[in-house]
Amino acid sequence: MGRRASWLGALVAAVTGAVLVYAASAALNPYLLSIIAFVGINVILAVSLNITNGFTGLFSLGHPAFMTIGGYVTAILILSPARKSHLLPDLPSWIAHRQWPFLASLLAGGLVATLVAVIVGFPVLRLRGHYLAVATLGLIFIIQGLAINLDGYTRGALGLNGLPELTNLWWIYGWMLLTLYVCWKLKHSSLGRTMLAIRENELAAACLGVRITRTRILAFALGAFFAGVAGGLWAHLVTLVTPSSFSFLFAFQLVVMVVLGGSGSITGAALAAAVLTVATEALHPVEEALNLFGASQLLLAVAVLLVLIYRPKGLFGMAEPDLLAWIGKSPGRQPTHTGLKRQTEV
Amino acid sequence: MTGGYILEQVANGIILGSMYALIAIGFSLIYGIVRLINFAHGDIVTIGAFAMLASVAAIGAPFPVSILIVLAVGAGVGVLIERVAFRPMRGAPQVTGFIASLAVAIIIENVGIMTLSAQPRSFIVPAYLSAFIRLGSLQVRAIDLAIVLLAILLMIALAAFVRFTKVGMAMRATAENYQVARLMGINIDRMIMLAFAIGSALAAVAGLMWGSKYSQISPLMGLIPGLKAFVAAVIGGVGSISGAMLGGYVLGLAEVLFVGLLPPEYSGYRNVFVFSTLIVILLVMPNGLLGRSTDERA
Repeated sequence: MGRRASWLGALVAAVTGAVLVYAASAALNPYLLSIIAFVGINVILAVSLNITNGFTGLFSLGHPAFMTIGGYVTAILILSPARKSHLLPDLPSWIAHRQWPFLASLLAGGLVATLVAVIVGFPVLRLRGHYLAVATLGLIFIIQGLAINLDGYTRGALGLNGLPELTNLWWIYGWMLLTLYVCWKLKHSSLGRTMLAIRENELAAACLGVRITRTRILAFALGAFFAGVAGGLWAHLVTLVTPSSFSFLFAFQLVVMVVLGGSGSITGAALAAAVLTVATEALHPVEEALNLFGASQLLLAVAVLLVLIYRPKGLFGMAEPDLLAWIGKSPGRQPTHTGLKRQTEV
Repeated sequence: MTGGYILEQVANGIILGSMYALIAIGFSLIYGIVRLINFAHGDIVTIGAFAMLASVAAIGAPFPVSILIVLAVGAGVGVLIERVAFRPMRGAPQVTGFIASLAVAIIIENVGIMTLSAQPRSFIVPAYLSAFIRLGSLQVRAIDLAIVLLAILLMIALAAFVRFTKVGMAMRATAENYQVARLMGINIDRMIMLAFAIGSALAAVAGLMWGSKYSQISPLMGLIPGLKAFVAAVIGGVGSISGAMLGGYVLGLAEVLFVGLLPPEYSGYRNVFVFSTLIVILLVMPNGLLGRSTDERA
């Protein structure tokens, strides 16, 4: 199978997805639609986190912080000038008197998140992975603290509610495809190989002329961009964004998705995101019935420990199994990364 | 702003710093030996506080005795976590241990929520500890004084143990270079277990102090103190025990003075201040005050 065939496969998958989105929007009830929407957003989040945590081998917990940033920026830009002057008196006039379109606001949310990632990444990414983990965890609390205290801009702990319900399955599907496309292209580009090289052996990569800090910041910032956009999508799906919308626990859930799927596997992260989102949703009624809140988190955490002990590379490792071929029971195409994987396992 | 007020703030900073220092020591001790940042460390603080509550409420143990119980429970839980969660994945990349520690933290927190409910409980110290004591122009509660004295006592004991005993020397050797230490016949597994036991025991005592000071405990209480203590460990230089002690006091004082000396509208930025400090420290002196630069570190 050549390059054209795999393109064709991707196109067929994208079109099939679009048809499914169309059918779902027409036929399903709002509850099921919202679950599908969350699956889509979590796929965006897990796959983009995979750039940082999977490809580059960094360990970021910052996605909730970037989502909060993206959610607020998008929401503030979209609000009508009348509501802005009422709710958010401190906004500068060039924001207060204009109402941005949704796409532009989402992009702005993503870009502000990227900017913050670069500012935080610059000091932290010169050091090794551990520090990024703690610094990004700190970032969650910094952003939360700012959102609570800058009440002239954010309405404080109350958050912004009654946002327009702009996010639908099409928006999410579009962004999901874009995220998957960018990550796929990245993984198979020289930049992606550079990231993998840093993950596998930093010293060797540096000796071969890889600019470690720059590449890491790039990976971190790219992940932050998609997290910012996802935050904006989320805010306008649930029509609410508050300082505590996206918490530390959520960062853990995203990390779990990446780890279970296999750090570096786009297919794995996307699949794990979908399965875990649906599973968590399905466990909710059980938790409620048994009055055991926290049980699903507990199961998740135990599952992660078991995976780390018995299958440290996750379900797929680095590989990208050809799901279409697998579903069709035809002999699967060899994952493009087997060569690299063999080398790294030595 | 009078001199008395500033003195009072400094005293509060030292009290907070004592607790940060005790927690930060565990981070540094464990990191120094296994190169693991143990995220579940903050939850040991919670466990310590609840162990205290249990020993006072259930057994009716007097306060000083229950301190010993808390130390033992902390050490036991630390060893258990190491044995169950971290030992099976020893030798895996550092990130693996980190994720595992997050998972352990989530497990402890959710078991806590499921069995004890997320509602905060009140935590009452005996009357003789809530009495006020005059120290010159300063008036403090007896419990505050007890916290500082107990913290200093424990730190001196730890320093003496690490410095003068044979086992302490073995621990230092393991932290220095564990492969060579193993060649010298040091039992690495035992050293790691010991690091977890000591670090967790100290964190558990910090939990009991935290509960006594703020008279309230909940299953999620350890998260923020744990993270802040990590900032303290970074300030002192992760891996250095004396650095962790120093970092704890520096952070405690800085945090209290930030809140106490600036106008009240800034007090909401307390956490923002602490975690921004972390990022600034990493920018200007990534090895901290007393840490050494090694290729393994960071």
